[in-house]
Amino acid sequence: MNSTISDRPSAISVILPPKGFTPGQFAICLKGIVWRESLRFLHQRERFISALVRPLVWLFIFAAGFRQVLGLSIIPPYQTYILYAEYITPGLIAMIQLFNGMQSSLSMVYDREMGNMRTLLVSPFPRWYLLCSKLIAGTAVSLLQVYAFLLIARFWEIGPPPVGYLLVLPALVLCGLMLGALGMLISSAIKQLENFAGVMNFVIFPMFFASSALYPLWQVRESSPLLYYICEFNPFTHAVELIRFALYAQVNWLSLAVVGGCTVLFVLGAILAYDPSRGLITRRGEAAGAA
Amino acid sequence: MTTPMLSVEAVSHAYGERRALDNVTFAVAPATFAVLLGLNGAGKSTLFSLITRLYATQHGRIRIFNNDVEWASGEALRILGVVFQSRTLDLDLSVMQNLMYHAALHGLRRREARTRADEVLVRIALKDRAYDKVRTLSGGHMRRVEIARALLHRPHLLVLDEPTVGLDIKSRADILRYVRQLIAEDGISVLWATHLIDEVGANDHLIVLHHGRVLADGSLSRVLANCGATNVHDAFARLTGSERLMGETE
Repeated sequence: MNSTISDRPSAISVILPPKGFTPGQFAICLKGIVWRESLRFLHQRERFISALVRPLVWLFIFAAGFRQVLGLSIIPPYQTYILYAEYITPGLIAMIQLFNGMQSSLSMVYDREMGNMRTLLVSPFPRWYLLCSKLIAGTAVSLLQVYAFLLIARFWEIGPPPVGYLLVLPALVLCGLMLGALGMLISSAIKQLENFAGVMNFVIFPMFFASSALYPLWQVRESSPLLYYICEFNPFTHAVELIRFALYAQVNWLSLAVVGGCTVLFVLGAILAYDPSRGLITRRGEAAGAA
Repeated sequence: MTTPMLSVEAVSHAYGERRALDNVTFAVAPATFAVLLGLNGAGKSTLFSLITRLYATQHGRIRIFNNDVEWASGEALRILGVVFQSRTLDLDLSVMQNLMYHAALHGLRRREARTRADEVLVRIALKDRAYDKVRTLSGGHMRRVEIARALLHRPHLLVLDEPTVGLDIKSRADILRYVRQLIAEDGISVLWATHLIDEVGANDHLIVLHHGRVLADGSLSRVLANCGATNVHDAFARLTGSERLMGETE
């Protein structure tokens, strides 16, 4: 629908764009955000390298050192005795996604401080869609990292059966979205970039260590029942288990439900937090540089 | 009556106890260069955050050509071009990549976006820098790219928050001239926030904002007549009680 100002003496006509957006335009917007996020990631080579080196250090050094110390019984989804390196691979995959999720939220804080965030938020597309697109973009970047890690691990003959590489994809997408949304939610509550180091310590390390990433939970229960329950309530544990089972062509329904539920919860929380009328950023005028 | 391109009606905004805007009302007609003049801390940036819906309007109403920013934000933002006070370009991407990203955020197809990007780059005389990283541009050039970016989706209203801050005299003059040209050539409306008095032109619409309140609103000649002043500096001093306008360039 076009509107025209006709009563202005100088006869200036204002032709408005059609209302709303077509599905194609929504797709263009999503593609643009994913493209920009991928470009940024590829430009930051150190980020890519450190995203790979971190889990590889765990896999080749930590796992080798602990191979003899930690005894693993046969637990689902494994049907035979496995090497410790094989056990921690799903945990390291989830770690990559956890770091990536937090790093995208770090970039959101940085963008907010630098003003880039405004470019995104003044787009006429609905804000929930922009945030979801950003989440999808972050998840896509995490998939690149995960598959690069799995490829390197494969050279050392550590990895799932071939079909696992494909079957794990939906689990990775879901876990990437959950951890990205968590990061986004956290980013909305962070005032300045400097505060982020604390969040890394208080979120990443507790989530990683209080999970089944490095040790099976039955072993945790033997040493501390309380810690066991904490691990059970940790959504990261379920992300690890969802990935672990998917790698071996199985579905851990409980983990799927927890990860799915948490994803919805965190996404809604992040959308709410970035909503101008209710969100946390509104209450902090200084965060967006208003004077 | 002509529909204003921007209408701000009785808008108030507070950060906790601190009131940043108090019953602000004004309108910008089509094809007008409106200067929002105020000292640092007058509430200009808050007003920009409300116009661009970074913050929700607490009290009052803001409409961009009849589209309520609160209730029809998509339609309102679609015809709005924004240049923020802080730099909002991605420094690690090229000029063209920044423009293409913005085009995607407005749902423009790649080919069309490319054509428009080439057009705006020619207009701002930066076509030869299209594939350079933004980081390598000067402050004045970055500003020009930001303006080009804001024009990519062909907005009807362009709002600029202190766009010349930190630029040298020549860059300032270039940018001001370029934006004034847009009004003449494209018929768009401009809301130009500044604390620099010499950026106010003889035919401009002047809005004086001080401590969150509008002290004057009208054509420059009318504001001067109402204040009994002979120039903008005098008028501003009389309206605000300030001896001297901060940031004025000598």
